[in-house]
Amino acid sequence: MSPISRRGFLGATAAAGAGLVVGFYLPHKSSFGSPFGDSNTIFSPNAYLKITPDGKIIVVVARSEMGQGVRTALPMILAEELEADWKQVSFEQAGASTLYGDQTTGGSASVRTTWDPMRKAGAAAREMLISAAALEWGIPRSACKAENGSVWKAGTSTGLTYGALANRAATLPIPSDPPLKQAKDYKIVGKPIPRLDTPAKVTGNAVFGIDFRLPDMKHAVMARSPVIGGKVASFNDQESKKISGVSFVGKVGDSAVAVVADSVWGAMEGRRVLNVTWDDGPNKDLNSAAIFDGLKNSASGKAVTLYSVGDTTKVSGRHVEAAYQLPFMAHAPMEPGNSTAHFQGDKCEIWSPTQVPQDCRDSAAQALGLDPDQVKVNITLLGGGFGRRLEHDYAVEAALVSKAINGPVQVLWTREDDMRFSSYRPASYHKLSAALDGQGWPIAFTHRIVAPSISGQKGFPIEGGIDPDLKDEAPLIYSLPNASLEYVMTETPVPLGWMRSVYALQVGFASECFIDELAAAAGKDPLEYRLHLLAKDEDIKYFDATWHTARMRGVLQLAAAKAGWGKPLPAGHFQGIACFGCFSSYMAEVVQISMENGKPRVHRVVGAVDCGQVVNSNILEQQLQGGVIFALTNALRAQITIDKGRVVQGNFGDYAPIRMGEAPSVEAYFVTSTEAPTGVGEPSVPPLAPALCNAMYAATKKRVRALPILA
Amino acid sequence: MADITLKINGADRKVNVSPETPLLWVLRDTLQMTGTKFGCGIGSCGACTVHLEGSAVRSCLTPASDAAGKNITTIEGLAASGLHPVQQAWIAEEVPQCGYCQTGQIMSAVALLAKNPQPSEDQISQGMSGNICRCGTYDRIRRAIHRAAGASTKQGAQ
Repeated sequence: MSPISRRGFLGATAAAGAGLVVGFYLPHKSSFGSPFGDSNTIFSPNAYLKITPDGKIIVVVARSEMGQGVRTALPMILAEELEADWKQVSFEQAGASTLYGDQTTGGSASVRTTWDPMRKAGAAAREMLISAAALEWGIPRSACKAENGSVWKAGTSTGLTYGALANRAATLPIPSDPPLKQAKDYKIVGKPIPRLDTPAKVTGNAVFGIDFRLPDMKHAVMARSPVIGGKVASFNDQESKKISGVSFVGKVGDSAVAVVADSVWGAMEGRRVLNVTWDDGPNKDLNSAAIFDGLKNSASGKAVTLYSVGDTTKVSGRHVEAAYQLPFMAHAPMEPGNSTAHFQGDKCEIWSPTQVPQDCRDSAAQALGLDPDQVKVNITLLGGGFGRRLEHDYAVEAALVSKAINGPVQVLWTREDDMRFSSYRPASYHKLSAALDGQGWPIAFTHRIVAPSISGQKGFPIEGGIDPDLKDEAPLIYSLPNASLEYVMTETPVPLGWMRSVYALQVGFASECFIDELAAAAGKDPLEYRLHLLAKDEDIKYFDATWHTARMRGVLQLAAAKAGWGKPLPAGHFQGIACFGCFSSYMAEVVQISMENGKPRVHRVVGAVDCGQVVNSNILEQQLQGGVIFALTNALRAQITIDKGRVVQGNFGDYAPIRMGEAPSVEAYFVTSTEAPTGVGEPSVPPLAPALCNAMYAATKKRVRALPILA
Repeated sequence: MADITLKINGADRKVNVSPETPLLWVLRDTLQMTGTKFGCGIGSCGACTVHLEGSAVRSCLTPASDAAGKNITTIEGLAASGLHPVQQAWIAEEVPQCGYCQTGQIMSAVALLAKNPQPSEDQISQGMSGNICRCGTYDRIRRAIHRAAGASTKQGAQ
């Protein structure tokens, strides 16, 4: 992800008569904090605002819609500053281009990294439209007011619409530092505005990757090595070619055989009877038990320090320790993997439900032997992402199969393919210890995280032995006199990927279960214990971020109050609580359960978030509810196990997501704030599992120290 | 291969497919009706739900030959014109997130309400148990079903 340099961050790129087009630059997580880069080189926008002469306001952005509402939330931010009439605003999906800056969608970053540039672009266009009206009327700018999609002569009902002003505005200079609105004056931001993409999603008209069609397009499925890292030794396609509609069977890369047919069913039938001999390679004896033994043994190995305060080695007190363990997990988005590609000699076009259009473009180009600018990637709707579509594998496969058959093709992964050939949340092992003083308060706290590195496995640079994702996802937000957070990086042949909340799930689970254990050891209420450790207003510096104990205290108090913490519960009901900060947001959850036949039944989850300024309270509630349900599956049942080098789980029978009957009611609350917005897609995931396990302790006095709970 | 006539959304559609081809793939690949989704292929997730003679079935497990001659309804034909009341309820409650499973959820909800116009909470849980949503929209699905049930009561009273 190379940094894009630019002269400024706004620029007009209008063609005469086409209306007003303002190009601007949206940074992603990798350039978060220094979004404006080198000030001496060429302006290279990756987003556009278009105002057409007929009054349409179009926000063009290459961020992928995977359910999180970017197609609504991002235009809202811009429309607010523009003083637009929301009814005229629409979103247009941009695809990958070599001209654009980073277009990755992930890290709960779409709003938090676009907040400033989106506002400035809208404000700049607003100022230009006001200037255009002032010139049109021959009056000072101060006598003009922008409101509801028009500029008005102040105090009158005489106005000119933005569409009518667009061409003239396009001839004016772009203000570099337009004034921004005060939060108290917001009319669009913060409101529960209905999502723009909802109607198409209830009629079946929404086009996901799997729904994309080209004329004469074939369908393909792949036979892949069942053993991780295995290769094709040989294959016999005699039976496959007898299946009606099968037109091609061939090796693609070292590790897969493609079966191409007129329909998905034909391709699946062709694969069913395909005879492949595999070279299993070095991992044929790999199994989960050995992987966990390896993690546990590595706990005594060399660690790097992520965070340190005081000196935990020089403290004596009552010693408490515990170890926790989490399995590999799979994203399992509802839309299985797929991409469509059309290779035509010196160019290739791809349609993909992807979070990383540029990575798809570059990787496909490399695989095809083309230059990146000979590959065009279009982003379809994503049927869930959760991080799975941060991989480029589907797109590259489609490109290679298209090249092999010299025609358009859609490669589809079946559910079993998705489950068995995924990139998994890393398994991890956690060793925690603490020293308590006479009152039971922790005077030393150590958390050693043992896990393989996602970025390390993918070959990204690892500075100082620290996986870069841990810098955004593992803060220890308590006032502790002596504390140490350590990381031991391990290796695994099991493919790893970023899954919703990434390492925050593992770190939050271990940390928040252990805090609960300390509260129990001290004989104190778990909420009071946490609040005591957050009582002092403290800024906690963790890598580049500063976390505030006051904000964590705020979400804990809000969640506890809304959940009725400490108040009488129905007979047999128990509550657990946990809090965690990640992706710059603070989240607390209270889980209410009863135990039925030794298993927890979750009745109610109350969550409270502090994510700064809320952009759309409707989408926020969706994201918090969705994160909690996703996390409940993770906590109860989600585990990918390895046996003889193969992923054991294959479909929703043995990797069983939460269904309606198990889904608790989820109440979502937020702290009112005018701080800059922070992530909401992922922060609701980490507190759920520890709050649930802490509730189980309240019910049973037994600790759950390994996920999944129902293993 | 066999010539099969499928009665889909009130219209006869002639297709030439292997008789065992699941209805899902006939809809999606032969007839280009992509509102019905593939999720698991084993009848576990409900993304492929359609109605056969008014009952919700998993089209990924329904051979085309079994559906021949029967009334098949898909999301595309749920309402004769405009939106079905259940689709309207889905919009009013802003149910979808990614939206991929929602057409299947809606087909299950319509079938549930046809059999039981005023379902209890438990009956909703039971009736919708065959549909998985990874975005976790269950709270809002429940609200939308109650909303649609209320709407049908009002219509019934008129």
